Amino acid sequence: MQAIKELSAIVGDPISYARKLKEQSGKKIIGYMCTYAPEEIIQAAGAHPLRLFGSNKNIFLADGHLQAYCCSLVRGVLEDALSGDLNFLDGMIFPHTCDTVQRLSDIWRLNISYGFHLDVVLPVKLDTKSSRDYMVDVQNRFRNDLEKALQVTITDDDIKKSIALYNEIRGGLKKVYELKNKNPEVISGKDLSALVRAAMIMDRNDYLRILLNVIAELETKGSTIKSTGKRRLIISGGICSQPDIYSVIENAGGVVVGDDLCTGSRYFEGSIKTAGNPIAAIAERYWQRPVCPAKHLDKNARAENLIKIAQDGKAAGVIFMLLKFCDPHAFDYPYLKESLAAVSIPSLLLEVEDQPQAQGQLQTRIEAFLETLS
Amino acid sequence: MAEKDPAKEKRKIKSVKKMKDIMTNYYIDAKMAEQNGKKVAWITSGGPVEPLIAMDVIPIYPENHGAMIGASKMGIDLCQKAEVMGYSSDLCSYARSDISCATVNGGPIGGLPKPDMLVCCNNICGTVLKWYEVQARYFNVPLFILDTPFCHTQFLPEARKYVHRQIEEYIVFLENACKKKMDHDRMKEVGRLSVEGQRLWQAVLDTAMNKPAPLSAFDAFFHLALIVTLRGTKQAVDYYEGLLAEMRERIADNIGAVENEKYRLLWDNLPVWYRTKWLSDKFAAADTCLVADTYTSAWCGTLKYIDENNFIESMAEAYTRIYLNIGVDEMARDVVSMIDKYSADGLVMHSNRSCKPYSFGQLDIQRIVREKRGLPSLMIEADMVDERFFSESQIETRIDAFMEVVKERKSCTR
Ligand code: SF4
Ligand code: SF4
Ligand code: SF4
Repeated sequence: MQAIKELSAIVGDPISYARKLKEQSGKKIIGYMCTYAPEEIIQAAGAHPLRLFGSNKNIFLADGHLQAYCCSLVRGVLEDALSGDLNFLDGMIFPHTCDTVQRLSDIWRLNISYGFHLDVVLPVKLDTKSSRDYMVDVQNRFRNDLEKALQVTITDDDIKKSIALYNEIRGGLKKVYELKNKNPEVISGKDLSALVRAAMIMDRNDYLRILLNVIAELETKGSTIKSTGKRRLIISGGICSQPDIYSVIENAGGVVVGDDLCTGSRYFEGSIKTAGNPIAAIAERYWQRPVCPAKHLDKNARAENLIKIAQDGKAAGVIFMLLKFCDPHAFDYPYLKESLAAVSIPSLLLEVEDQPQAQGQLQTRIEAFLETLS
Repeated sequence: MAEKDPAKEKRKIKSVKKMKDIMTNYYIDAKMAEQNGKKVAWITSGGPVEPLIAMDVIPIYPENHGAMIGASKMGIDLCQKAEVMGYSSDLCSYARSDISCATVNGGPIGGLPKPDMLVCCNNICGTVLKWYEVQARYFNVPLFILDTPFCHTQFLPEARKYVHRQIEEYIVFLENACKKKMDHDRMKEVGRLSVEGQRLWQAVLDTAMNKPAPLSAFDAFFHLALIVTLRGTKQAVDYYEGLLAEMRERIADNIGAVENEKYRLLWDNLPVWYRTKWLSDKFAAADTCLVADTYTSAWCGTLKYIDENNFIESMAEAYTRIYLNIGVDEMARDVVSMIDKYSADGLVMHSNRSCKPYSFGQLDIQRIVREKRGLPSLMIEADMVDERFFSESQIETRIDAFMEVVKERKSCTR
């Protein structure tokens, strides 16, 4: 698919894309790292929200600030920042989630001189009235802070327009996932992963146009391509830092039909209400979408959601892809695995190290797992 | 019978026995709670214990238990058990050892008494949230989370309001769990005792300003237990009064924790529980006393925010602005002021792979201390409970090299 090829190039080098976007559009670029970043408000301010994933270059400068037992995502992003690769950023925002990002925010504030720095100290609980009121307060403060930092006024109308755009993007991605679920052959896992990531990197209006074209194409294609009998799988974890995994799975005779990832369903699930106060509506989505392990909703919420994803996808098994040194996800793994086992869904754990693992070794493990599936 | 070295005997802190007795009785009482019709709450080390005391609930600290597991060198076994359960070896070793211990009733005291409720305050880390979720599923008991928004640079008004509301919710939670109303007069009294206990604990730590320091950080690690577990009780107040008197006596008699104290260092991060004696001996052999630390002072560090006549109201701020819930720059300011206060010649940092919120940022604090005070520092890579991450020969070499630098520097500046 031509459109996807273009996206893959952008996803492969988001920094060059963002630099160019800034040059051409004059837009301010605001970095963020997590699906709890209120990007709708950044978009409403006329700025461009750019999700950072950290490049794979060798860690050298970040070693002076973070010990080796820090997740590679945070080390990678800090390396990019210290090396100046991110010096085009006009600002960086830090929604509060895990302990590692919490400290990254401090280290960034003390060591990175370019761009403004904003903390968004979200509640950790999302299940009580007081925490929800606080969430609304936090979003209101963020709006004010951003207005000051960018010297703009963000009107309710701006926010509503942005919400509409995001609802369309999220709805579109959900649609693509549905098509994939119905007929896994319609789009490869690798392409789908690029499509989701591009949503966090590209100019959102440009992106929506491409997304709509992709959907139209997939819809016509879907009726002509025959689906094969590959083993249907779900991936669960934080961000998927190894897009190659999809090809490995496909080569091993499996196919990913859904996920529980921040670069997947956790990004697009849940639409924002268009009626009423727009800030309150943005806040509300955070407790309605699937929860991430760094937040508390219900002690069983994640297992219930994962089982539902697996059952909706008629999946034969789940592959956990956990980034080494990521505490929130590592804590949830045993219970998620057990909850799946209780409803007879087998799972496989892949712990992802800093360095991309040898494809061969990964493929062998996945093949062995697929063989155990009935 | 071997002769006891009188000089060594003189330096032993007498209160140690009393502390051991109190802690033993505390755990016996806790284990009999069910028979005695008392409720047990598990609570995080930074959590608001005072309302529990006021409600006659026995507070149990899995982190204190973790420290006991570490000190009795049972960490590896329990951590490995957790790994078999699927918990990564990169997770906090307190959490790992407690989670597996609950399923086997192992450890130095045969497991903790079962909780009737769980109280988790995330002012120390996000790990406790996950850990308490695990235990809430395992024991199937109610969980209260006190969410204290992180103060990177300030404690914002909306955060204050949020924490206030949660303190009210906490009391309602306890009233429901205990099926009785909170006695607010009793609560006031407990608040007063808590403040008094914290002041005494600070006064005990302050005695280390004296040269030679009558107690070391290694002693503080031990005597800390009560201010953590029984804060808000008369027992803690009495104990620290006795300890303070003993420290003052030692100062009067010129008894130091280290025989021939020449160098004074500050410790950062949790203790290496299974090696406190080894480390203490190692430094003492170099005429060095670790006179203070950032860890034990965390239990009295927010006194400045507490209004003893309005304890419940001021709790929100005091519990939110504790040492681990503030930005790295504010922590560095605290470290520098402790260096000044205790006349430290250097800094020893335990880079503790278990505790990310305490350890990430240490490298920046190290740099700030160097810039502000020109002091040398040593970074020890270890873990507080899991001995597999302690390399004795490597650490020994590094301590020796570091002490050379400290000595060199001191002889120059003299
Ligand atoms: S796992 Fe949670 S904290 Fe990490 S990126 Fe996803 S949403 Fe953010
Ligand atoms: S949630 Fe995990 S992967 Fe994401 S920044 Fe935190 S530790 Fe790293
Ligand atoms: S050691 Fe650190 S991570 Fe573990 S419970 Fe204590 S504060 Fe949390």
